[in-house]
Amino acid sequence: MIRVVLPAHLRTLAGVDGEVQIPVEGPVTLGSVLDALEAGYPPLRGAIRDHVTHERRSFVRFFACEQDLSHAPPESPLPDAVAAGTEPLMIVGAIAGG
Amino acid sequence: MSGVRVLVGTRKGAFVLTSDGMREKWDVSGPHFAGWEIYHVKGSPVDPNRLYVSQSSGWFGQQIQRSDDGGKTWEPVGNEFTYDGATGTHQWYDGTQHPWEFKRVWHLEPSLTDPDTVYAGVEDAAMFRTQDGGKTWSEMSGLRLHESGPRWQPGAGGMCLHTILLDPVNPDRIYIAISAAGAFRTDDGGATWRPINKGLNSLYIPNPTAEVGHCVHRLAMHPSRPSVLFMQKHWDVMRTDDAGDTWHEVSGNLPTDFGFAIDVHAHEPETVYVVPIKSDSEHFPLEGKLRVFRSRTGGNEWEPLTNGLPQSDCYVNVLRDAMSIDKLDSCGVYFGTTGGQVYASADSGDHWAPIVRDLPAVLSVEAQTLS
Repeated sequence: MIRVVLPAHLRTLAGVDGEVQIPVEGPVTLGSVLDALEAGYPPLRGAIRDHVTHERRSFVRFFACEQDLSHAPPESPLPDAVAAGTEPLMIVGAIAGG
Repeated sequence: MSGVRVLVGTRKGAFVLTSDGMREKWDVSGPHFAGWEIYHVKGSPVDPNRLYVSQSSGWFGQQIQRSDDGGKTWEPVGNEFTYDGATGTHQWYDGTQHPWEFKRVWHLEPSLTDPDTVYAGVEDAAMFRTQDGGKTWSEMSGLRLHESGPRWQPGAGGMCLHTILLDPVNPDRIYIAISAAGAFRTDDGGATWRPINKGLNSLYIPNPTAEVGHCVHRLAMHPSRPSVLFMQKHWDVMRTDDAGDTWHEVSGNLPTDFGFAIDVHAHEPETVYVVPIKSDSEHFPLEGKLRVFRSRTGGNEWEPLTNGLPQSDCYVNVLRDAMSIDKLDSCGVYFGTTGGQVYASADSGDHWAPIVRDLPAVLSVEAQTLS
């Protein structure tokens, strides 16, 4: 299972408390994890990335294992520790605005 | 027993205010969707317990929420608003062309006959519709593809489609308004549209009487007379008696004719309400006095309504979707302010009292009359 940490507003939207765990078929990439996350929690569609282009929303960032993956292409593999389920993929709302 | 439910959208969540027909004691529920901008909440006229919410965030984009029990529980529904085909360009602030980009839903207008059908006015300006209770949304692209589209431009608040009026007699006729393009009408259910801005005179645009480019802030209609519309424009309060074919000014003796909100009494089609705002650069009431102005003559002759409203040191704004009326025998009038107050009058505006005083800035107010 892949562990994902969501920001508070998206946890509310998805109807979950704390971390979520999702199964991912095949290679564990940023894209495949987001696909599985949106399939498991449909209200998150459009809230993290664009419905059509899948472009990351400007004020959403991706981190894992102390790496900023926000600009990583969707097909890039996530760190082994994320694939193994020992570390989470963190989806973070940027500190911006008031 | 009759009652009223007032649906309030704010910068940081939605609130549901309920009262019996006396409208003296109110129950306040919320915040719903705390921390999100709620541009609009509106109920179906066919099924008042069916509510739709526009929920948005600069971080996480647009969501639409639906309730089937009057706001006790909510369910996120479809939030994909994709323009139909090539998006094209509109005029940008510097006069160059800029591609259409979806930002948020400003206004949700449920159908008069079907609780599953809702129209959505969005920024960048376009009209969408759902016919399955919000699960999917399709653009009514005849509006955005109007030949004048490249001349539409954003106002300070963005290029928003903020007003949708459904003709209760002719189901094929819909009026909408866009800042800053103007008012438009369809007579064929949304397939084709035409600008209805003849008579508007906007001194702040290159051609003050242009076909499009006017900053229309709000339209209002009485359902018994759907060819008569009232308009609060950037400056000027206007009226049409021929479904928008021609407009004439009815600002009359208003102390300032800048403003955002406008509405019509539930039982008196010639009784109109506005909240004059000092100017386009000073978005607060004149002299720090919060005054609703009422005309009982369809415009031109206006009286200030002040009883119960702050008459000193008040520097709030009342936004375009933040005024509403109920349909009880003694018509209720409601409005919300950017200072977080929601004021109510149960006697057509003669006396006012705050329902709540300290909400986040109020973006929208919709009153539902419950039987």
